[in-house]
Amino acid sequence: MARTHVVTTINGSETEFLAEPRESLLSVLRETLGLTGAKEGCNNGNCGACNVLFNGRLVNACCVLAVEAQEASITTAEGIANGAGLHPVQQAFLEEAALQCGICTPGFIVAAVALLGKEPDADEQRIRAYLAGNLCRCTGYDKIIRAVQKAGEKMQQGASA
Amino acid sequence: MTSAEKPDFKVVGTRPIRPDGVEKVTGRARYGADTHPPGLAYAQILRSPHAHARIVSVDLSEAEKSPGVLAVATHSDLPAAEDKTEAVGEGAVNIKELSELILASEKVLFAGHGIAAVAAQTQNQADDAVAKIKVEYELLPAVLDVRDAMRDDAPILDESRRTKELGGETSDRPSNIASHSQFAAGDVEAGFAEADLIVERAFTTKMVHQGYIEPHSSTAMWNPDDTIAVWTSTQGPFAVRSQVAEILRRSLGSIRVTPMEIGGGFGGKMTIYLDAIAAVLSRKIGRPVKMSMSRRDVFEASGPTSGTAIRMKMGVKDGKITAAEASLTYEAGAFAGSSVGAGAMCMLAPYSIENIKLDTYDVVVNKPKTAAYRAPGAPAAAFASEQVIDEITKQLDVDPLQFRLQNSSREGTKMVTGMVFPTIGHEECVQAALDSPHYKTPIEGPNRGRGVASGFWFNGGMQSSVAASVNPDGSVNLTEGSPDIGGTRASLSMQLAESLGVSYEDIRPAVVDTDSIGHNDVTGGSRTTFASGLAVYEAGQAVVGQMKERAAKLWSVEADDVVYEEGVLKCLKDSTKEMTFKEMAAQSARTGGPIVGQASLNARGVGAAFATHIVDVEVDPDTGKTEILRYTAVQDAGKAVHPSYVEGQIQGGVAQGVGWALNEEYFYDEEGQLLNSSFLDYRMPTTLDLPMIDTIVLEVPNPGHPYGVRGVGEVPIIPPLAAVANAVADATGQRFTDLPMSPRRVVETLQELD
Repeated sequence: MARTHVVTTINGSETEFLAEPRESLLSVLRETLGLTGAKEGCNNGNCGACNVLFNGRLVNACCVLAVEAQEASITTAEGIANGAGLHPVQQAFLEEAALQCGICTPGFIVAAVALLGKEPDADEQRIRAYLAGNLCRCTGYDKIIRAVQKAGEKMQQGASA
Repeated sequence: MTSAEKPDFKVVGTRPIRPDGVEKVTGRARYGADTHPPGLAYAQILRSPHAHARIVSVDLSEAEKSPGVLAVATHSDLPAAEDKTEAVGEGAVNIKELSELILASEKVLFAGHGIAAVAAQTQNQADDAVAKIKVEYELLPAVLDVRDAMRDDAPILDESRRTKELGGETSDRPSNIASHSQFAAGDVEAGFAEADLIVERAFTTKMVHQGYIEPHSSTAMWNPDDTIAVWTSTQGPFAVRSQVAEILRRSLGSIRVTPMEIGGGFGGKMTIYLDAIAAVLSRKIGRPVKMSMSRRDVFEASGPTSGTAIRMKMGVKDGKITAAEASLTYEAGAFAGSSVGAGAMCMLAPYSIENIKLDTYDVVVNKPKTAAYRAPGAPAAAFASEQVIDEITKQLDVDPLQFRLQNSSREGTKMVTGMVFPTIGHEECVQAALDSPHYKTPIEGPNRGRGVASGFWFNGGMQSSVAASVNPDGSVNLTEGSPDIGGTRASLSMQLAESLGVSYEDIRPAVVDTDSIGHNDVTGGSRTTFASGLAVYEAGQAVVGQMKERAAKLWSVEADDVVYEEGVLKCLKDSTKEMTFKEMAAQSARTGGPIVGQASLNARGVGAAFATHIVDVEVDPDTGKTEILRYTAVQDAGKAVHPSYVEGQIQGGVAQGVGWALNEEYFYDEEGQLLNSSFLDYRMPTTLDLPMIDTIVLEVPNPGHPYGVRGVGEVPIIPPLAAVANAVADATGQRFTDLPMSPRRVVETLQELD
């Protein structure tokens, strides 16, 4: 099957790859580029484990065709940390013990970063509604919601400081 | 709960950041499917679309010609399997049946049963090729429900199967009932004769899945020297190694299993669905082969837990349970071996009852072979027993927690198995529930109700092996073999720090492959923080012992003249002589070489776990939807090593239990097709389905562990099914004896009553 040459930006670096027309962005990230931070939980958009930011929008990478990434800007879980330091959402997940097995964690963190980037003052109900597309089977969500609330507070303090 | 002589711990009981945390929040941690060795090929399995059929022929010719295809394999590529049983983690597996489960030879026994495998250059090519395999089937009638499967005229899955009856006798005709066992104590007839109230009810639960977010994935490389490397996501790398060795007839020492990070297991990641066949394909092509399940494969071809039918009868006199009798029938799936025995043993353990008779039936049906799922067998059993108790308390008009307290097991109570309880915390759990802010707040409003329930889980001991290597700068590498599913690197590092008297930050843990540490049983049975914790404690004490001996030599005194207090070696003969842990570590080369403490054990002194839950619900009579308004889970942890992760285990167990109660079920059509094999249609709780889950963690120390630790992971899934059902009964006046209490079932039931 003929493959398409794609030029895109991933986590700030210009990246090129070849992809079959039917290949998902998730498949290329994981198998071609070795960016395995996006996880495959369902491959049909039901679990959110493969969340990435696509031109600033939160998407399930399994539901995006790789060829759509032409000239796009993509942020994966690996690109959330700011250089050597953790993002406030990542730090809050650690401090609040908001992960157990950790397989859903990269997706939750990308989604929470997408939410708090726009709405750092999101309340519990808003956070629950925004993260309803991310499944976690270990935590019962309690500590995840608390971690996102805490990160939002930190980000607001940081913005006002 | 808190005794006067409660020991003062420095590290145990604190809430540090887990050692593997940064890798997991940055997307760098490598899970099963993240394996990518050079030259990797990809494989796929053709799975049966039929629930029960004879395989007439398999034509692989078109698949072999498909672009990118490297090799194909069927059951005939596996060596002839021995008809023997191997212990695997929490249960046992028959090797011949395991071989049939991996790839079917003559008959498919469930929709999703593997038939043939293809390896190709890419995953898409493997998927394409599998679609070109032609299989001719002779369809057979399928049997899907445990009660139907027990009928005399039921379709038989295995003509050679005979029921193993009580006492080892077997029947003389084929049956789907693999075994019938009984647990009994006292005289139930006398107990019921004495009772002034008897309640009897029948209950059913549906097959449900563990629902881990990470699908199974295994990568194998069969090297030219006949050594085999396996990278996989598993709860038990040593269990994988022994199964691969049995299936492929290789020695244990020739197989190295590397446990990747594991994205959830809950009991479901111990069986080798993929590993051996990936190895067979690798041998054919001389390259590593990766095999991953799709989400649909996970639902259809891994190991969910049994659907059940349970009849329960209980008698009381003057508020005291006089007798209990039950029959428990559990679906084993396509091959024998459900968790019905564990379910029966747990069912009434929270209560002191003299007269008990429990009959258990393990029954095969045309569905996936079941596997362990968090406290395997117990939630469905408690769904029955805790509702019968609720019914009794409603009829007697007594407080359901007071009734449980009056009938509670305590130290010295004899279980139905004959085992006598040591120190346990059920009474404490019930009392704490009674005293909780939740229970003291009345529930008000229309269509609202409150339910409570208790649960018991044995907890596991089993084998663990660890090593603690002291570095010259005083940091310590902890080498362990228990995959970390929910924070055990943290809980074990904390126990080692406590044992050594050093700080948590000085410990660096690693979960290593099967070549690099002694045998470790699975991460399962709520055993790791307890049993590997016990090993870690002993390894720490071994390090301290070696340091004392070395200090004694340096100071020219006897080892008994050296004491170790709060990280400092002190000489009893000369108070000027002291060495810190770090100073002694720096002296290791010139005092005899590296200081390494090791411990290997088969843990005794397991402390049982009890829990009592309270839940408030609101049931919408128009839609049938049940909303969880408030949830409080009380649990005895013995000693909460890392309280945040103990709370997390409890909250996670509650969430799974609530999903089981309200929505989750394997939904089959009459032919045995699973109709909801996706996360959209198999409805697990989301962020919007649960409130914050309050936890009350009690600490009734386990006398069998130096820090009092009891396993915590499993018991929290046991009470929710019954607690929610009791709350729904309180809200609607209608008792729901069949799970799930989905909106459709609730609304139909309530409308029938109108």
